[in-house]
Amino acid sequence: MMKQLVILSGKGGTGKTTVAAALAHLASQEMPVVLADADVDAANLELVLDPTKQGEHIFMGGQLAVIDPEKCTACGICADVCRFDAVISGDEAYRVDSLACEGCASCFYQCPEEAIRMEEQQAGLWFRSDTRFGPLFHAHLFAGQENSGKLVTLVKQQARLRGLDSGAALVVVDGPPGIGCPVISACAGMDLALHVVEPTVSGVHDLERIMSTTDHFGVPSLVAINKADLNLARSEEIIAFCAGQSVEVVGRIPYDDVVTEAMVQGRPVTDYTDGPVTEALKEMWSRMKDLILSDGTGIVKEVQR
Amino acid sequence: MIITVASGKGGTGKTTVAVSLALSITADWRDLADQDLTDKRFVHPAQSESVNPANPLFLDCDVEEPNAALFLRPTIQERREVGQMVPEVDLEKCTYCGRCAEVCQYHAIAVVGEKVLVFPELCHGCGSCTLNCPTGAIHEVLDVIGTIERGWAGLPPSYPPHGGGGKGAYPPHREGGKGRVEFAQGTMNVGEPMAVPIIRQLKQWAIPPDASTGLVLSEVEGLGGTPGDRPVILDASPGTACPVVESMRGADFVLMVTEPTPFGLHDLRLAVEVARDELGLPVGVVINRDGVGDQGVDEYCAAESIPILMRIPLDRRIAEVYSDGGTLVEALPEYREQFQNLYAAIGRLVADRKGARA
Repeated sequence: MMKQLVILSGKGGTGKTTVAAALAHLASQEMPVVLADADVDAANLELVLDPTKQGEHIFMGGQLAVIDPEKCTACGICADVCRFDAVISGDEAYRVDSLACEGCASCFYQCPEEAIRMEEQQAGLWFRSDTRFGPLFHAHLFAGQENSGKLVTLVKQQARLRGLDSGAALVVVDGPPGIGCPVISACAGMDLALHVVEPTVSGVHDLERIMSTTDHFGVPSLVAINKADLNLARSEEIIAFCAGQSVEVVGRIPYDDVVTEAMVQGRPVTDYTDGPVTEALKEMWSRMKDLILSDGTGIVKEVQR
Repeated sequence: MIITVASGKGGTGKTTVAVSLALSITADWRDLADQDLTDKRFVHPAQSESVNPANPLFLDCDVEEPNAALFLRPTIQERREVGQMVPEVDLEKCTYCGRCAEVCQYHAIAVVGEKVLVFPELCHGCGSCTLNCPTGAIHEVLDVIGTIERGWAGLPPSYPPHGGGGKGAYPPHREGGKGRVEFAQGTMNVGEPMAVPIIRQLKQWAIPPDASTGLVLSEVEGLGGTPGDRPVILDASPGTACPVVESMRGADFVLMVTEPTPFGLHDLRLAVEVARDELGLPVGVVINRDGVGDQGVDEYCAAESIPILMRIPLDRRIAEVYSDGGTLVEALPEYREQFQNLYAAIGRLVADRKGARA
């Protein structure tokens, strides 16, 4: 049965994509894998997987209000009802600030002149690509757009369907930072979340919040400490915290500039070097593999209790 | 002057830069420019009676993962719950006509037979259902999704000058000789999807209405500043989606903190698209961990005429200080002047922009 793994972190820049790319590389040597980049407003996985685009599709996001200046009498009702400060007043006609508009259509229904229409917006693109490690589904949400959660869901769905069609064993989803709407969308339906955390005060603080989030949505957790040797005391703090939560720390990845070198070369670090970072990631993957593939319900039982 | 610190990519040092910038331009530190702040005999200026109203205001807008408080260690004085107004239906008045569900663009309210279901986590609080209900059966109640808080890092202005204690006295935070920074942050409750309403309310609550109309030029000259002319620094979340837009909206300047790597560059481009191209704001770049990676960010900034205002070299010491909750300017005080220069440079860019518009 195909399993789905999401890489999360809470705090940004802790190494989610580095770990996701390494797992994609390592897993693909042993089983068919499908990849998805669910960080749709700053998608980076493609930068280290050297994808060949096979298809490009338009993502229609929400809608925006548009005021017809010919019909507008500048009565101001739209501005009164808008709770997002998205209506800009004018002497002759009012306008809509497209970045502030949340597409609620409240103005559309209240305009006495029927001068407002709602327009569907193209909010981004999503792509189907091939990589050396398996098919990759990724996306680009246009600058400042809403509905990132919807696009995350779409990218994940496509990856899952492809995985089911092609008999893949594992879907690896590179998640977004934070704990809000795109993260919640990224968690949905996942069998397992791997939290990549740094041994810093911020990292520890954010780990607690992201882990509460995955708990809230019933996704079991594993933890990987990145740059573990940067602050050994904080690393121990994380290990103790995880022990208290009955969450396994499956990896301790050392600090090494080779990670950046690999990124500059556009390759997963495990595919670039055999050093200590790669060793740590290989060890982590071998443990994760046991947990992921043990049996249909194994992860929940083994990891959580 | 309102400065939003953003990055696109996470973990590039937004909070490090934002916190150090705020600490470097406190009025107290400006007055004490010649004092050695590492001197153990250092006497906190808050023990004097004078209070400079030009102390910076710091807002942590990364409400999903707020971290600045870990470094500024503020004393929180005021806290309130925030959320958005969601519909509540009076079933006595409701005729189950379904108009509310029809006008709701978010599928947050549904009428099924003689039942009305409300899904607060889908609701954007637009109030359209209330306005459209033909029988006036809908009123709105606050659905709490987070908290906003404010206080002071360092001593508050009302701190009794002669150590009076008792009511009105707040515990001093003097570690490292911190200057005074007014602090506010939002925290989203775990499991909630929408950060934007919290950021919006945090800004409305904490930022004085005239903050961006201050006399920017007076700040530039010797970093003096005048009352009402406060530096306001917003620490944004990573990414480029709606929470980041909300954190940038209304700012005078967006300071991009990036690292010179392919990931840093890729996400910097996207963040510049939002700040400069969509919102029309002036932008500048701080390159953190200068020396790792490649020349991509430098080449991009040169091609796009984006000023690189500061470089912080790759230095494991900085990473270690950060890992324990220390700030850059406290651990390495030689950076203080660089951050003051950074602030002055931003002031000049904003003043130029305002001059060009006038």
